[in-house]
Amino acid sequence: MSSNLVLVVVVAFLVGCGVTLMLERSLTRILVGFVMIGNGVNLLFIIASGPAGDPPLLGDVARTDMVDPLPQAMALTAIVITLGMTAFGLALAYRAWQLSGHDDVQDDLEDDLVRRRAHRDDVSASFDDVESGLPDEEGTDEEDPR
Amino acid sequence: MTQLVLVPVLLPLLGAGLCLVLGRSARAQRLISVLVLATVVATAATLLYRADRYGPQSVSIAGWTSDIGISLVADRLSALLLLISTVVTLCVLLYSFGQGIVEFGRNTPLSVFHPTYLVLSAGVSNAFLSADLFNLFVGFEVLLAASYVLITLGGTEARIRAGTVYVIVSFVSSVFFLIAIACVYAATGTVNFAELSRRLPDLPEGTQLVLQLMLLVTFAIKAAIFPLSFWLPDSYPTAPAPVTAVFAGLLTKVGIYAIVRTQTLLFPETDLRSVLLWASILTMLVGILGAIAQSDIKRVLSFTLVSHIGYMLFGIAIASQLALSGAIFYIVHHITVQTVLFLVAGLVEWRAGTTNLDRLGGLARSAPILSVIFFVPAMNLAGIPPFSGFLGKVALGKAGIAAGDWLAVLGVGASIAASLLTLYAVAKVWNRAFWQPVDPDVAVDAGEDWAHGPLHGHDQVSTGTQVSTMWKVSELDRLPRGMALPTVALVLVTVTLTLAAGPLFEITDRAAAELMLRTPYVQAVLGDAP
Repeated sequence: MSSNLVLVVVVAFLVGCGVTLMLERSLTRILVGFVMIGNGVNLLFIIASGPAGDPPLLGDVARTDMVDPLPQAMALTAIVITLGMTAFGLALAYRAWQLSGHDDVQDDLEDDLVRRRAHRDDVSASFDDVESGLPDEEGTDEEDPR
Repeated sequence: MTQLVLVPVLLPLLGAGLCLVLGRSARAQRLISVLVLATVVATAATLLYRADRYGPQSVSIAGWTSDIGISLVADRLSALLLLISTVVTLCVLLYSFGQGIVEFGRNTPLSVFHPTYLVLSAGVSNAFLSADLFNLFVGFEVLLAASYVLITLGGTEARIRAGTVYVIVSFVSSVFFLIAIACVYAATGTVNFAELSRRLPDLPEGTQLVLQLMLLVTFAIKAAIFPLSFWLPDSYPTAPAPVTAVFAGLLTKVGIYAIVRTQTLLFPETDLRSVLLWASILTMLVGILGAIAQSDIKRVLSFTLVSHIGYMLFGIAIASQLALSGAIFYIVHHITVQTVLFLVAGLVEWRAGTTNLDRLGGLARSAPILSVIFFVPAMNLAGIPPFSGFLGKVALGKAGIAAGDWLAVLGVGASIAASLLTLYAVAKVWNRAFWQPVDPDVAVDAGEDWAHGPLHGHDQVSTGTQVSTMWKVSELDRLPRGMALPTVALVLVTVTLTLAAGPLFEITDRAAAELMLRTPYVQAVLGDAP
């Protein structure tokens, strides 16, 4: 199967730019990146349908000259889905901006907490608890009066 | 009769539309949701019976032939998972009614919940039943779109933060899936599973490997398999309890189902056995080590969820009939147990105002029923002998030993270690939340904190919007019946799975045999054409 080199280059360009944007912290940029990748992938479907041909309309053109219609149907579905997802993502970015004044993707707070606790407390708190008589095998570090 | 296959997909979608129209009347919405899901449960049970008795049930939508149209197929695996998932969905729906008084205050748009929930159910059914890659993608997108709405329900800051991570990760996996589908189509000219299973072996081995890897990466993100699992414990715990429960039960299992389907049907002679085994071993161990470090019940449960996905992947990687049967059994067991544990976490939150282990204590005395319905599924999850978790693990372990090579045996060792560590993690929750008395200092601190309204970051993560109502709630001394009864019902389902393990194993054995044989599925989709 021969495919169109220009299309391949365009796909590579779109996906490359999209990946770069998706690595950003700001949700709006991530969304722009997602849209670019989405468009690139839709073009990939056109490449997958093989060489260009006549429009797939029964009765108007000979069957042998038709382009494969199935990937076009898939690309259309994918476009619709991408549209919906982008709309939701934009609403999400707007809400994040409304709440916190920016739309940066933030770190997991609880994770950070666990990490900091581990950093502060290199010996597990259970060692102290034996002395205090509390049958507790796990660190209740924060409330520890020490 | 095969037209029944359409019901689990179409009916919830129609119900969702009706719910949207009747957005003003909460009562009508509830009635429709329950009726729809109850009908789907009945349909799924019929489908399982028919698939087991007469072979896979297949429908080509609108009469298009299967090479260009869309087919839905219910074989034993699909029908079994469909049945158990809709039972769980129905129970969680009833639970959410009970929680409604607390959760759906002024912060949450009530009218959105039911339609979205039904759409989620339709998406899950579509993913289980679809007979081609692209329809599987559509099913995934339907359930993901619904899950985006549910995970950010109410739009509070904590949920938006957690939801953002979830949404972006899902975007990436969707894009991956699309690329994989385009590549599969370019290589074979079809996306139909049955047709693919015939055409893929003709491809060069390298091409096959690329396609297999792309599909695996896609599904591994959905199923939260290490190293693609880090999004899950971050995003799940902040959502409302019923939402987290249904996500934990179903969404990752849809990913696992997709892996089972593609591995057995499309790539039966896989080169990736050792990769899958390593992934499963690491998923089990890394997941459970994460669970031990957490100090919040919901987060502990999220990490055990990741860890136990490893067991299912282990069965898929071994890929003997016994292993697949064990993996399917484990999926069924884990859907119910993990869901019920998250529901119990919701009850703990309702009862005590928090799920943070540092602030909990003495629940065994003050809430004995709650303790029992936590203890039974928790021991089940850890795999204590009489329960179904133990039986599933034994089946997987036997399959691993029977496979005989050192990596499989290492996997069995890792699975035993992971289940011991699971026992440690749930015992820690049990000791600190239920068994040990409340530390008076902590209780006073916590009480003051609640009275002062918004908590510091620590609890915002775990409790979301309930903060404003929780201190009032903690004064009530009874469990809300609307939440407790569905939870008890699901606990009974998990116990029934244990009691009915024999017949269930017979079904999963036959399902696994059908998967390995491949011809029943292919013939059901393509007709008897050679």
